[in-house]
Amino acid sequence: MTTMKEEGNYANRPSNTAFTQQRLPAWQPMLSAGVVIPGFLLIGLAFIGIGVGLLITSRSIQVLELDYTGTETSSPCYQCTMSNQSNCVCKLSFSIGTLFKGPVFFYYGLTNYFQNQRKYGVSKDFNQLIGDVSYFKSPSSDCQPYQRVNGKPIVPCGAIANSMFNDTFKLYQIINGKEELVPFDGKGIAWWTDYNIKYRNPDYTPLKNAFNDTEKPVFWTKPAYELDTSDASNNGFINQDFLVWMRRAALPNFRKLYRRITEGNYKDGLPAGNYSLEISYNYPVISFEGTKKVTFSNVSWMGGQNEFLGIAYLVIGSMCVVMSVVMLIVYAKFRFPEED
Amino acid sequence: MTWRSPLALLRDAVLSQKAREKELRSLVSNLPFEGLGKSKQPNRFFKPNAIKTNKYTPLFFIPMNLYEQFHRLANVYFVGLAILNFIPVVNAFQPEVALIPICVIMFLTALKDGWEDFRRYQSDKKLNNMPCLIYSRTAKHYIERRWKDVRVGDFVKVVCNETVPADLLLLHTSDPNNVCHIETSNLDGETNLKQRNALPGLCTSNDVFEPESFNCTVVCEKPNNNLNHFKCFVEKPDKEKTGAGIESLLLRGCTVRNTEHAIGFVVYAGHETKSMLNNNGPRYKRSKLERRLNVDVFFCVLLLFIMCLIGSLGHYLWLKNLSDVPSFLVSDSKGHLDSPSLSSFYMFFTMIILLQILIPISLYVSVELVKIGQIFFILTDVDLYDEETDSQVQCRSLNITEDLGQIEYIFSDKTGTLTENKMVFRRCSIMGKDYPHKENGKDLSHFIHTFKNAVTQFQKVILYYRNIALCRKPTPKHNVSTSMLDSGDGVLGVVVIAFLHHQETQVIPDEKLLQQISRSERSSSGISDPYMDFFLALAICNSVVVSMATTQRQRVSLPKYFSVLVKRTGSFWKVFDSPKQNGSSTSAHKRSDDANGVQPRALDTVTLSARPAAASGDVCYEAESPDEAALVYAAKTYGFTLLARTPNSVTVRVPSGEELVFEVLDTLAFDSNRKRMSVLVRHPITGEYVLYTKGADYAIMELLGTPGQQKKIAADTQYHLDCYAKDGLRTLCITKKIVSSREYQSWLADRKRALAAIDGREELMMASAVQLETELTLLGATGIEDRLQESVPDTITALREAGIKVWVLTGDKPETALNIGYACRLMEEGDLVINMTSVVFQVTCVSILDCTLEEVRRYHEDPRNVDTTQKISLMIDGDTLAIALSPDLQDRFLDLAKRCRSVLCCRVTPLQKSRVVKLVRDKLKVMTLAVGDGANDVNMIQVADVGIGISGQEGMQAVMASDFAITRFKHLKKLLLVHGHWCHTRLANMIIYFFYKNAAYVNLLFWYQFYCGFSGTAMIDYWLMIFFNLFFTSTPPIMFGIMDKDVSAEMLMGVPELYRTGQGSGEYNFRTFWISMLDAFYQSLVCFFVPYLAYQGSDVDIFTFGTPLNTSSLFIILLHLGIEIKSWTVVHWIIMLGSVALYFIVTLAYSAICVTCNPPSNPYWILQNQMADPMFYLICIISTVVALLPRYTFYVLKNSIAPSPLIQAKHLDRMEPSVRDMWMKEWRSLRGGTEVKESRLSTPPSPTLETSVDFYPGFGDAASFVGEDMSLNVIGD
Repeated sequence: MTTMKEEGNYANRPSNTAFTQQRLPAWQPMLSAGVVIPGFLLIGLAFIGIGVGLLITSRSIQVLELDYTGTETSSPCYQCTMSNQSNCVCKLSFSIGTLFKGPVFFYYGLTNYFQNQRKYGVSKDFNQLIGDVSYFKSPSSDCQPYQRVNGKPIVPCGAIANSMFNDTFKLYQIINGKEELVPFDGKGIAWWTDYNIKYRNPDYTPLKNAFNDTEKPVFWTKPAYELDTSDASNNGFINQDFLVWMRRAALPNFRKLYRRITEGNYKDGLPAGNYSLEISYNYPVISFEGTKKVTFSNVSWMGGQNEFLGIAYLVIGSMCVVMSVVMLIVYAKFRFPEED
Repeated sequence: MTWRSPLALLRDAVLSQKAREKELRSLVSNLPFEGLGKSKQPNRFFKPNAIKTNKYTPLFFIPMNLYEQFHRLANVYFVGLAILNFIPVVNAFQPEVALIPICVIMFLTALKDGWEDFRRYQSDKKLNNMPCLIYSRTAKHYIERRWKDVRVGDFVKVVCNETVPADLLLLHTSDPNNVCHIETSNLDGETNLKQRNALPGLCTSNDVFEPESFNCTVVCEKPNNNLNHFKCFVEKPDKEKTGAGIESLLLRGCTVRNTEHAIGFVVYAGHETKSMLNNNGPRYKRSKLERRLNVDVFFCVLLLFIMCLIGSLGHYLWLKNLSDVPSFLVSDSKGHLDSPSLSSFYMFFTMIILLQILIPISLYVSVELVKIGQIFFILTDVDLYDEETDSQVQCRSLNITEDLGQIEYIFSDKTGTLTENKMVFRRCSIMGKDYPHKENGKDLSHFIHTFKNAVTQFQKVILYYRNIALCRKPTPKHNVSTSMLDSGDGVLGVVVIAFLHHQETQVIPDEKLLQQISRSERSSSGISDPYMDFFLALAICNSVVVSMATTQRQRVSLPKYFSVLVKRTGSFWKVFDSPKQNGSSTSAHKRSDDANGVQPRALDTVTLSARPAAASGDVCYEAESPDEAALVYAAKTYGFTLLARTPNSVTVRVPSGEELVFEVLDTLAFDSNRKRMSVLVRHPITGEYVLYTKGADYAIMELLGTPGQQKKIAADTQYHLDCYAKDGLRTLCITKKIVSSREYQSWLADRKRALAAIDGREELMMASAVQLETELTLLGATGIEDRLQESVPDTITALREAGIKVWVLTGDKPETALNIGYACRLMEEGDLVINMTSVVFQVTCVSILDCTLEEVRRYHEDPRNVDTTQKISLMIDGDTLAIALSPDLQDRFLDLAKRCRSVLCCRVTPLQKSRVVKLVRDKLKVMTLAVGDGANDVNMIQVADVGIGISGQEGMQAVMASDFAITRFKHLKKLLLVHGHWCHTRLANMIIYFFYKNAAYVNLLFWYQFYCGFSGTAMIDYWLMIFFNLFFTSTPPIMFGIMDKDVSAEMLMGVPELYRTGQGSGEYNFRTFWISMLDAFYQSLVCFFVPYLAYQGSDVDIFTFGTPLNTSSLFIILLHLGIEIKSWTVVHWIIMLGSVALYFIVTLAYSAICVTCNPPSNPYWILQNQMADPMFYLICIISTVVALLPRYTFYVLKNSIAPSPLIQAKHLDRMEPSVRDMWMKEWRSLRGGTEVKESRLSTPPSPTLETSVDFYPGFGDAASFVGEDMSLNVIGD
């Protein structure tokens, strides 16, 4: 009875809990020299370790880059840069001194090519690309100015598809003066999700029928359903080269995977010797001062060759170690009494 | 309802507008027009009584709320950008998506507004449908209607305990004297009963009032919001005018008490009532931090502009450098490409859209949320709760919490703020003879002695309880008792004081004076004896209302505390019981009344108030000012008991047991200009007209008549008055005047004229009062003690150590003020006090100012004084202040004042108070705080940056005007030093962090523009960007702003010096803002370029590239906050880890679901892919470490090499309590500037002022106010 009454008397008394009185038990980290020394040392050593590992991995990756833009007259592709050329083929010779360990990845690379342009990036129709035939007739207005040509809708519409890279490559090893074709593996170079989920061909057999009353993109030489007539699973929108192109590069200097060399005699890599790369030169880059190149590289767990990360880890790691020494000095000179 | 043409409606609208605008309104009764159409109603132009305070209607809520919200510039900005995004040439995102953030923000705001408005609507509806009684001509009696049916011109009957529905001119009450008591607690919180008088001369028969016979015209002024003022007159058909003022007005919202029923004529209804006009919603003040914030928002706009310009320029150059049209350049539908300059112009706007969140969209909402949280913690602080009145601190302004942490000047009222404002009659001087009432003091010391014996016993009990508490695990519930026990001795002290306090309302009569009275009673017939007159004056000359013990409301419940303790200690009760059975039993009696008397003012008590109380023992007095009550109690002690007061009579029982009924002819109420009040009565025995006047000594002394002996008495009394003042007592002079019948008649005519006047009525009333108050005969003087509040000296010392200058502004005499100044340690005995009182001429003032200033400067320049803190105090009085505040002197005055440690202004008017505050605030550009408790402090409270009201004895006006209301002055210490500091640092750091956060994130997009041809591409999915700001990183800073704690409350209280960190520009200033912006740039550079360099030349696609950026930016931003957070509680951990978890869960889910949504970004399976790649983690780790390393290292080094006081305090905080206290003491003496004087601190919190003269020697005569080491001669003549 008394408690009831007392509570009534102090009806406005705030509740006296740790939370309302701001007395919750708390961890109060003290940022002072003495406390952080072990942290700095630990991070420093760990980073140096990671850095060394990264650097070693990166160094073990072999890379071969060949520019074939053809701006210089000495370049074998020089004549292909002339504007009146079509179906121009040029051959690039190179040699490999030691075994290029497999699996070797074969990339084509472009520089100064802004696939990340905003308006360029918007210019495609997702609905067409998942095989919705209704959008074949009326592509999204995002695709403009590659939406229609001669009144017919373009499939696949848009600037990205339209500007698809169309140089093709064939690699020969020259063995005793004879060219032997190095087999390329074009499967699985695109993202699995792109190939299986995001891009779908319309459910038509033959595929060609789906494309009735549509036009191929302006720059293309053949319609989408003829991208790879030999393999139905690599044709149309799920053509691997198409998929790779459609995944826009983040930076203006980029490379894209073209093929892998995993088969036959070249399973373990490219043996030392002379090689010849036959390029069907179609893609114009001179106009915007871009360059084209091909890259052979083998890959590790960290992807392609990149020394930056390894060096960065090493530098920061050593800095942390140095800092921990500095902190030790500071600690010795300016410590708080209770830290004794 | 008859049809009326639109033209007629329009005409009516114009007419009613006109009628409402008129200065005077003529109102007549509605009754003759009852039942007629609306157009026939005479009062149809005035507002009906239905109120509507809700802003919105359901139908127009959306447009109106949108309109409201677009008053905020930030909202316009963001909507403008969202609209801009719909223009195809400039859009950066899909248009619909860009609308989301602003829609979310505006939706939340609308939801809040709508909810608030709905509550207003509901309360309006409830009010409008309250029942009330309106007279109906057809029904011939009062019928029950709703409040909303009340119209101007109606007759409304209000019965006891009912609330008045509209402003009523009181015409009749059930009381034989035609008075009505009201309680205005709904309006101003004052709970004492106020008396209102019915308009005289209206009722033909006394007991029945017939509305139908009311054929007068009521002429009243235009509605205004002044609750204490009303002017009107009633014109009868025969042109006779009767004036009426506020004393005849029942305000809407008041409650009728002690009166069976009252009948009034509605003069103002609905929104035109005084209470509604006063109801202007919550106050909106803008804090200093917010003003600074707006400047920085402007800087952000500038920064944004520059960044967009760079983007646009970059785009131009990029386009220019392209010699041909490459395949990645997309033309418009017609295959046409814009020229570089045009598209770079478009690009500027695209950039604005892209980088818009550099202006933090959610900052304002977050700041509001943080402030709500901060206020919650202020409100729930148990230390700011006052048990005595059962009230917490009130936060009336919701948006200036952080200003509490930046105060540099405090302006404090004295009475009721520093002191208790519980007046106790202490001494008096009658006919030039001093009666010191020594017994009062004696009794106290005796009592303390008895108490000391009890202490030991009590301590044993405490020990016992402590042991119990230690045995148990401390649960929250036990905390109360243990904390109380821990401070056991403190509690005991409180009990002692509380108990003594109860004692003090009873005055122990002075033996000599008692003898004198009985002697004079015997000798003379008890009629014209000055001693008798003195006490009669005390009993009569006031506005105290007598209420019966049974009707009294016991609000102040000191004994309650005491009894709680008693219950706990059991045997302790006996200790109290024996010495003073009286006191405790009466208090117990009162308590029981409180408990079971739910409706104490039942109908049967109504008539009681009118007739003299049967038994004198149970009379209670309800006074508007505690001084008056003290005087009446004093008179009662000497046998002059005020028994009843009606408008026309006062009943007093004199010592002989005779009950004298004085006819009250007029009351000249107190006003601050005259500084006195008078009551004109007719003596029941002699039949003389006697005027009793009491007032401030300086207001009275010059009005005295000078027949021979008077001069001596006056001189003696003046001497006594000075002595009283030095003892810190409040003094009043009591005089008497016998008015001849002829004089009275001529005066009465003037008075009546003044009463009936509408224009310049105050002036006329005052003139008539002054006319009568001349040639007074001095009877004597009284000294009333107003004791210092608990821990005032301690609080003032702490505030001063905190770098706050405390000025005391009081209306008291210089001597009283100085005494209090010393008592509350505003000044110390070693201080140099510059006295600038009673300077009459400007020339003198100038010379004094110049001379003093010169001396003070020299004092400061003296190398010997460099290390010592300034110990100069300035004392100035109202007259001198008036000169010093003149435009050409104010700079010099301020220059002097700011060099003084404390300033004491005495005898200042409310207006002067506010002028001083305004001057200091505007000229010195400092944060000011005004604290006061009475109506005279309202101006000052409103002018100051932070106004604090003390809810004490003097009603609620100060509280109503304040931003924060506390119950005791000592609460100011915790409010400022702890909550102020916390609120400020929390909010300051939170805002800085907010700017940093947005800049760091947006800059990632900016750096990317250099690699995408400045085309406005975002490499982060737009939904994720929105989520990033709205969900992933929004709660941690809010939590940080509400809950971070840099130093513990104990440290902040123990080392007030820490408060200085917030003063001036505080922790959020130009430097801290730009440092954090630079840090944001640096961190964004790291966060962008580490992934850039790592992925350079690879086949990474846009959004795969953006994912590590987004992720490491999340970690950087959260860990940056982690560095800033000073103390991690459970809440911190949950929210920080929760944010990270939310990021991964939402992003993973979004990446798994969104196959084709939200083009051009296609987040599908990207994070999943990245999380399977070790590179992702390596990049995130190194970017985070590199980005945060400089800040972290800087903090570590700074904290170690040159730790700020806050860091040092934090170190101390971790020590053992005993070691810590030692360090704290050392620190205070080292840095705080004021030496901790043990002896002084150990003196009780309220030194008895009588002894204080010995304590503080050397201010006996005015000349020694000036320190002896300086030959300053600055005393005014």
